[in-house]
Amino acid sequence: MYDVTVIGAGVIGCAIARELARYRASVCVLEKSEDVCTGTSKANSAIVHGGFDAESGTKKAEMNVRGNAMMTKISQELDIPFKRNGALVLCFSESERSGLETLCARGVKNGVEGLRILSGDEARQMEPNLSDAVCAALYCPSSGIVCPFELTLGFAENAADNGVEFRFESGVTAIARTASGYRLETDTGAVETRAVVNAAGVCADLVHDLALPHAFSITPRAGEYCLCDKSVGGLVSKTIFQMPSERGKGVLVTPTVHGNLLLGPTASDVEDRAFTATTAQGLGDVLQTAALSVKQVPARQIITSFSGLRAHGDTGDFVLGESAPGFFEAACIESPGLTSAPAIGAYMAQLVAETLGLEENADFNPIRHGVVRLNDLSPAARAAKIRENPLYGSIVCRCETVSEGEIVDSIRRTLGATTLDGVKRRTRAGMGRCQAGFCTPRVLDILARELQVPVTAVRKNARGSEVLVGKTQKGGAAL
Amino acid sequence: MKKDLVIIGGGPAGLAAAEAAVLAGARDVLLLERDVRLGGILNQCIHNGFGLHTFKEELTGPEYAARFEARVRALSIEYKLGAMVLSIAPDRTVTVVSREDGLYTIEAGAIILAMGCRERSRGALNIPGFRPAGVFSAGTAQRLVNMEGYMPGREVVILGSGDIGLIMARRMTLEGAKVRVVAELQPYSGGLKRNIVQCLDDYGIPLKLSHTVTEIHGRERVTGVTISAVDKNFKPIPGSEEFYSCDTLLLSVGLIPENELSTGAGVQLSRVTNGPVVNESLETSVPGIFACGNVLHVHDLVDYVSEEAAAAGRAAAAYLAQGERAAGKAIAVKPAGGVRYTVPSTIRPDAMPDALTVRFRVDNIYKNRFVSVYFGEERVQHRKKTVLAPGEMEQIVLKKADLTDAAFDTITICTEVE
Repeated sequence: MYDVTVIGAGVIGCAIARELARYRASVCVLEKSEDVCTGTSKANSAIVHGGFDAESGTKKAEMNVRGNAMMTKISQELDIPFKRNGALVLCFSESERSGLETLCARGVKNGVEGLRILSGDEARQMEPNLSDAVCAALYCPSSGIVCPFELTLGFAENAADNGVEFRFESGVTAIARTASGYRLETDTGAVETRAVVNAAGVCADLVHDLALPHAFSITPRAGEYCLCDKSVGGLVSKTIFQMPSERGKGVLVTPTVHGNLLLGPTASDVEDRAFTATTAQGLGDVLQTAALSVKQVPARQIITSFSGLRAHGDTGDFVLGESAPGFFEAACIESPGLTSAPAIGAYMAQLVAETLGLEENADFNPIRHGVVRLNDLSPAARAAKIRENPLYGSIVCRCETVSEGEIVDSIRRTLGATTLDGVKRRTRAGMGRCQAGFCTPRVLDILARELQVPVTAVRKNARGSEVLVGKTQKGGAAL
Repeated sequence: MKKDLVIIGGGPAGLAAAEAAVLAGARDVLLLERDVRLGGILNQCIHNGFGLHTFKEELTGPEYAARFEARVRALSIEYKLGAMVLSIAPDRTVTVVSREDGLYTIEAGAIILAMGCRERSRGALNIPGFRPAGVFSAGTAQRLVNMEGYMPGREVVILGSGDIGLIMARRMTLEGAKVRVVAELQPYSGGLKRNIVQCLDDYGIPLKLSHTVTEIHGRERVTGVTISAVDKNFKPIPGSEEFYSCDTLLLSVGLIPENELSTGAGVQLSRVTNGPVVNESLETSVPGIFACGNVLHVHDLVDYVSEEAAAAGRAAAAYLAQGERAAGKAIAVKPAGGVRYTVPSTIRPDAMPDALTVRFRVDNIYKNRFVSVYFGEERVQHRKKTVLAPGEMEQIVLKKADLTDAAFDTITICTEVE
């Protein structure tokens, strides 16, 4: 019997779990996938939005501004890359200018600081590669970029280090009310709990409907992206938006916190809640629309493309609260969900704690140490790390210079990686320009060795994604 | 640490460069290899056909590499394995990391770049669809099969008819996999003719020219691909889509010289080859830094890599002996009329050997054309070729005697109809 069971190990579920760890309570996170951060949290713009976009008075606006403000401290506590690089919203015609002013006024009302409208020339002075068609721009200095994998992993690992239990490949199939709370049937057995927190992302309405009468519907809204090589990561230094529309914030051009350049997303509604395929149309639209913002879109420098699903709800706003006694929900979390995650985590945990009468946990340790990245260290610190553990001197991923030491750390640490994608999200091995061409065989070997499984059992991600299908006729005796 | 000559990469280029440099008088040479053995990509090329020019016999990749390794050992050339170069500064300070030696720097008198190339990935092609397991670059699959002993799949579609793709079509077939089709975007194959015959035709594997993969199916594992015909602008033709069920897609869609280190050193790159711009000594825009092999431009035969690398090794030895040469007259070598690029792109007659090989590739399939060389306006070579193909590197030889005291500033290499 748990006090609280969180459904979903995306950034919202993990943030809630981490904040619940501040209380004396037994907490469990149920995740249908094999790892944390496998849904919307892994495929988004990775932006910490300023907060001028959401209508004033909405939970979106409130959580956005609050989450943005919390991000500095959170990134320090959880040891994750975060940078306040600022953002510009571009306007291409004088007739759109009033829209920019509306946005600015809304931002001021929402509590966003430092907003200012620039002329086209001022904007180009700030960002020389902006298109000549830009006639004005809204500048938001508090906007930032973050690594969404690390943010989610940071919350999750810190939660686990403070006693939260994670169960993977445990999708919830049925929910029943019991005398003392709820009984959840999952792929790996039943779970009894006093309270439930539904943080099931793009499936949160389906989870809601397992327990309660239908209240809201979520439409998966696909967003396709192109990621470019680090050689063009400096095309812009700020996040470049176009004027938002009712379909969302439009296609952006932004550096990532790791120095790549990200273009996207599109916005198209799909029916299938797992439809993360890219399309020729979508990828074409990304490049075409991005070309409005900057002088030259580096299409030849694309190293990968991907698609993520926004949990677009028919509620128009985040659903945050207690929907039935002991049944809490953080649902319809589309943009600015990533930004809002720290605030949603704190808000939901406090709500649950007050309702259940949980006591504070004086032993809670908010500090998490991420994988030590050789690339981030000074030469002296790097040399010292290799002396301490020679595996840090053996480079496995050439493009991102990731060492065997980092990969082993990613597997052995709290909630360690069990798949190629798990290693990739924790270390960046395979995320560079060769897209895992060189490091795949080595990482497969390291995973098999560390997990003590045959190489043929190592997966890319979910069940059924085994990378190798068997041995050759001579069965590994080639060399 | 100080070294006269640091060679980065212990594949065929690095090995041949090291040998030639030492034979030409270089001392205190260090060869750095990031993998756990010398030989580079040859180690996974267990098919034969290597060394026909160099040794007049057919060797496998590992055999070819072993011969050069033996020479390097016989000359007692120092090499380090598992040694990854992290950066090269313009002043030729090389930063290296390895398990044994940790992080250290080397001040090099001269450097030879021999890092080879990498394969273009699915991402670079922006092929739409899901991102399941089962999409491999052909070279990765080759390593898995030939060195690790594992099968990446059982039912295979190959995109791209570069040599590695062709070789892997045969290799996968011999291992019991079914290779359903090889699709090629271009109206011609980018691979060697002999590989098309020996790897596809002999096994009845169809090659679909002017076709490409337009969608990848399958969520966890590849379940199939859609292949479409393309028009002459390489745009998929609607209505031509054909579904091929498979569990594996191998990509052999081009090689990219791996020049991130070179760029960091300030070496100027060619937009055509993606390799350094070099002179007759295979010296880059940064004095004392030389380049050879696939990091310079992608080769199709290792014999030519060895030959070119030896020239780079000799040039580096001469540089170390004589220091930076006073810049004498430089003649530009220009590609024209169907020739995409030349290596080198400038020649200083003072510094060139008695006979200099200029390598180049054409931009399309040409039949019964002439390869011509012009000194200024004057045509000095005119040689008929029955077939010229982008997949086959061509070469011409220039004599020092013809270029000394030249009155012209440009040498043009082109194809001509007559």
